[in-house]
Amino acid sequence: MKKAILYLNQFFGQIGGEDKADFPPEIREGLVGPALELQKQLGEEVEVTHTIICGDNYMGSNTEEAIDTILGFLEGKEFHIFFAGPAFRAGRYGVACGHIGKAVKERFNVPVISSMNEENPGVEMFRQDIYIFKGGKSSAAMRKDIKKMAEFAKKILNGETLLSAEEEGYYGRGIRRQVWLDPPVAAADRVVDMLLKKLNGQPFETELPIPPRDNVPIAPSIKDLSKATIAIVTSGGIVPVDNPDKIQSASATRWGKYNVADLEKLESGLYKTIHAGFDPTVANQNPNVIVPLDALRAYEKEGKIGKIHEYFYSTVGTGTTQAEAARMAKEIIVHLKKGKVDGVLLVST
Amino acid sequence: MVKKIERVGIPIVHIANLVPVAKSTGANKIVPSFSIPYPFGDPARSEEEQWKMRYHIVGVALDALTIDVEEQTVFKVNI
Repeated sequence: MKKAILYLNQFFGQIGGEDKADFPPEIREGLVGPALELQKQLGEEVEVTHTIICGDNYMGSNTEEAIDTILGFLEGKEFHIFFAGPAFRAGRYGVACGHIGKAVKERFNVPVISSMNEENPGVEMFRQDIYIFKGGKSSAAMRKDIKKMAEFAKKILNGETLLSAEEEGYYGRGIRRQVWLDPPVAAADRVVDMLLKKLNGQPFETELPIPPRDNVPIAPSIKDLSKATIAIVTSGGIVPVDNPDKIQSASATRWGKYNVADLEKLESGLYKTIHAGFDPTVANQNPNVIVPLDALRAYEKEGKIGKIHEYFYSTVGTGTTQAEAARMAKEIIVHLKKGKVDGVLLVST
Repeated sequence: MVKKIERVGIPIVHIANLVPVAKSTGANKIVPSFSIPYPFGDPARSEEEQWKMRYHIVGVALDALTIDVEEQTVFKVNI
């Protein structure tokens, strides 16, 4: 007999609603709430032995502590698979399922299965760490979502051949796996078939799907530009000639902010670019071709914009990883907010 | 960077020469620039013409900050 353990939040664990969201982790023998349905779907081959319950806010604000406590509960218990949720569109619950699922998988090396709606932020955060099935918007989908989790669990536990994420119904983890085709068709034939289909306007399926971008909601537009503070941020490497912040010419991890409150434009000889990804001659002769301070000043004088933020921000964008860029942006945002910046022109080279 | 800044609710325009790259990285408002090494310049033109071009692109970008869009939008420049 294989054994399973399920994680639930305070609501589905029948502790209470928002007022009980600070409920610290607890482990109970047997089945609570959705565990009953999970047991039913798993059938007789798998026994759900325990239900763990933790408040969403408790997990949110004491994540490490909550994880440690729960891992402590699990230490020494026999289980072959771990479930969390389903979390539907409940954001905090989804993130909690992800946190605990990832930790359990790392510590005990058992498969972890959850289910969330595509809008749940837990999907993007944890899809690479655990199996997250595509779930419904609300608990109305409970039975359907649990069924998917249970079916897949049985496949894993029985050692059946697992299909691709798309076919199984969970969010792709970004893992590429080689498969033997039956019957075998050479890559050259497959790609020409795809091309022919494309040329004929027929549907075809790529073998190398590019993961969909993580789109950002469009920020509200500026209502009155004539009162707005505008800042320039650039990845074009414009710095004072002595590069005081020692920003690297490629694969940058540093950025700088430079005061231009009293400047009409960026003078050649005082500013230059340290970007190693292009010929700097023109930009060094006139740094305004990358940081267009002179043009922005003109608009400020005309009254088209309220004012120019007193600093511009600069780093180098060549070879710079997305993670570093994201971190630098986060640091720059602090200054943009402090300066009550209403809008940003981001110039990349 | 564009996305991080936009995510905190500050309107932002990505001025980029490689518009397809700007698109694929997910900028919502994109204004094309003249080139990679000199987004707002062109050594083949006179100083005055370059200034006009720079003034024009920056103007389009400022207007873009005020325009409501429903989806990823590339604004037109005349360079």
